[in-house]
Amino acid sequence: MAFYFVQFLTGLASAASLFLVASGLSIIFGVTRIVNFAHGAFYMLGAYMAFTLTERFSGALGFWGGIVVAALIVAAIGVLVEMVLLRRIYHAPELFQLLATFGLTLMVQDIVVLIWGPDDLLGRRAPGFRGAVDFFGQNIPSYDLFLIALSPVVLGVLWLLFQRTRWGVLVRAATQDRDMVAALGVNQKWLFTSVFALGVFLAALGGALQIPRDAVHHALDLRIIVEVFVVVVIGGLGSIIGAFVAAVLVSELNAFGILIFPKISIILVFLVMAVVLIVRPWGLFGKPEAAARRTPGLTVNPWRPLTSGERLMSLGALVLAAMLPLFAGNYALTVGSEIAIYVIFAASLHFLMSVGGLASFGHAAYFGLGAYGVAFLAKAAGLPMIVSLLLGPLLGLLGAAVFGFFAVQLSGVYFAMLTLAFAQIVWSIAFQWVAVTGGDNGILGVWPDKWAAGPASFYWLSLAIAALAVTVLRVIVFSPFGFALRATRDSPLRSEAIGINGKRVQWTAFVISGTVAGIGGALFAYLKGSVFPDSLGISLSVDALVMVLLGGVETVSGAVIGAIVFKAANIWLVSQTDLSKLVLGGFIVLMVVAFPKGIVGTLETIRNRWRSPDTKSALLASRIETAE
Amino acid sequence: MSMAPTLLSVEALSKSYGGVHAVRSVSFELRAGEILALIGPNGAGKSTCFDMLNGQNIPDSGRITLLGEDTVGRKPRAIWRLGVGRTFQITATFPTMTVRENVQVALVSYGRQLFNLWGSTAQFARDEAGRLLDLVGMGAYAGRPCGELAYGDLKRLELAIALANQPKLLLMDEPTAGMAPRERIELMRLTARIAREQSIGVLFTEHDMDVVFEHADRILVLNRGSLIAEGSPEEVRGNPQVRAIYLGEGLVYDARHREGAGA
Repeated sequence: MAFYFVQFLTGLASAASLFLVASGLSIIFGVTRIVNFAHGAFYMLGAYMAFTLTERFSGALGFWGGIVVAALIVAAIGVLVEMVLLRRIYHAPELFQLLATFGLTLMVQDIVVLIWGPDDLLGRRAPGFRGAVDFFGQNIPSYDLFLIALSPVVLGVLWLLFQRTRWGVLVRAATQDRDMVAALGVNQKWLFTSVFALGVFLAALGGALQIPRDAVHHALDLRIIVEVFVVVVIGGLGSIIGAFVAAVLVSELNAFGILIFPKISIILVFLVMAVVLIVRPWGLFGKPEAAARRTPGLTVNPWRPLTSGERLMSLGALVLAAMLPLFAGNYALTVGSEIAIYVIFAASLHFLMSVGGLASFGHAAYFGLGAYGVAFLAKAAGLPMIVSLLLGPLLGLLGAAVFGFFAVQLSGVYFAMLTLAFAQIVWSIAFQWVAVTGGDNGILGVWPDKWAAGPASFYWLSLAIAALAVTVLRVIVFSPFGFALRATRDSPLRSEAIGINGKRVQWTAFVISGTVAGIGGALFAYLKGSVFPDSLGISLSVDALVMVLLGGVETVSGAVIGAIVFKAANIWLVSQTDLSKLVLGGFIVLMVVAFPKGIVGTLETIRNRWRSPDTKSALLASRIETAE
Repeated sequence: MSMAPTLLSVEALSKSYGGVHAVRSVSFELRAGEILALIGPNGAGKSTCFDMLNGQNIPDSGRITLLGEDTVGRKPRAIWRLGVGRTFQITATFPTMTVRENVQVALVSYGRQLFNLWGSTAQFARDEAGRLLDLVGMGAYAGRPCGELAYGDLKRLELAIALANQPKLLLMDEPTAGMAPRERIELMRLTARIAREQSIGVLFTEHDMDVVFEHADRILVLNRGSLIAEGSPEEVRGNPQVRAIYLGEGLVYDARHREGAGA
């Protein structure tokens, strides 16, 4: 009994940090409507900063002062970020905001390693809380008891701040109606900046307070952000009480989940999240999301199938690509195969994002599931390559069918957070379930059969499947189903009013997209001869998002170009610099701010500008005609 | 006309939010080819009533019988399948598609081809879409991106979409809101003509009394959730209670109403 009670207290102590970070995220979202992906990065910075300060200054004042000053310094960095970056993208679609703040996260990862080095750092114990309390023979660290007491205090302080101060009233008003608050003459800029500073302060404080419990390392950011996303999905974005309740819930589930499913404890959290989403899609304390914003300034060019000339050009490009083995070496062919595989992956996400309007932040899950599917079939069942290639992606299909069912119940940022959380769950299973997946060591020795083993033949195979996948997806875009999907994206109200079951249409699209991603993953397993949990990881999901964005979200097949350019640049970049994340992150931020239409989107705009003189006059003429 | 079959029959429909009775025990009938206006001041319960009819809101009690079927608790898309077309107060169309494609999507749904992954939508029911667009006077705009249309044209496009499932009943929520006066008259004339020709029943809510009195066969007047008058335009025009509401004598009515409630 005592053991369970101690386990319960450990859960409560873990909830403290989680609550601080999640409440910060919620406060920022409530006012600015930005889901700050970089929140995990600020948490990590808080931990590193606190580590340095508490090492430098000794004594109780040095420690506790160091914790608070660290959080303040990080909050100041947050202010800088808000003023320089976020102010430029407040009116952009959520996807761009998530991506820009993710770019920041990438940059911080490299910066942190540059400053503090790649090794784990062990922080000092907290003065006054070094010992443990004995509870019926079980030890409870006294610092845990301090953390347990802290979170209700923080909750109370936040409550007073929002209920009893003028600033708090303005924040609550802005949470309900930003435009009205602006119309009343409140300086919105500084309101937003101060809210962001508070949110970042809470995140950094959460990180700083963890140093006596946990080693500081440069992967903390992603670990916490996924947990925080789960917390806010369960608790409801924008609700501080929700963040508190859900943080406790998730921490306790983790604490006891380890006892029930020692290998895959995260399953329990997933099950609870699934139940909450079915019963209350906006979280326990959340409110339904307002309608998604449309991309401002992006022109609405109705999509059309390729003209016969364009078809000929695409075919020409394909033939040209197929001639690569005539003059390129083995390394170039391997790179070519990899690019072809990424084209498949990016095209599958593009279908879901552009046509379906559903920005998945965890698309690598289905890519990786396809790869693992092949590895299981080829290694465990010993099936020939053709059979594995055909059946392997079915694991991606299955994953997409299960997760997609829940994900399409939501939209916008909730959808993005949920898909990310699902992908992380799949990753955790692959990572922790060593007996089946090999864990971190992966599954080795997945080699292609003889007919596809040579670099040239494998390249041709990849190219053919990529061309087929892109073509099939294009056909679907212009099929009746594609129109039903676009209708659901454009106006849920109208599509329901003409008999379209939007959720089922979106679910079907999710399954199609996940299956195609799985096909890419299946080829990837054969290309590398092995499968690792990385193939399911967040960074791969984000690579896909960047490829889609680079090609152009509002195009039909921009992802193809995006994948080719991104992957080629990425392979080159990694060979040139150790700071590839810093460069990539900076590139993402720059792209979102300066270049939101992507390569193909920009080209289309330029082409339309060339054409525009006569189309515009025709338009005007007909207007006048009807006005007569 | 009185011999036309009943399309819609509403019996003792009620809905309250907390202590507020948004709609109390409203009953009425609508016949094929009849144009029925639902009017009343802001907050009278028109929108709540409308949302319950089209499945966006579930009544606390009462019955809605549409074409012989009980529709309480059914989703909007299921009600559409029964043969109900809808237009919205603020137009809801598909801005990234062309005008023709907007209608084609509705036809795809009507033809139950929504999960057809392989066909070409461009060729799907192209003639039928063109016919519907011609009917509302939008034929010349078929290839135009919907996002570029003027508001009055969007309203006409919405009407074409609403007609795609060959409806027996049109539900139009403030069909002329946000339009210029001349456009209003034109749109309602067009609607009335189509309704008469195809024997479609029309139920619409409206704030513009000129539109209501010119086009409605019958008028229902809601106030504070209750039906206070029902009849031909002449009857409703002469009704003292209705006059009281619309001529700004609300206070008088209010006082009497409260006395009645207290007694």
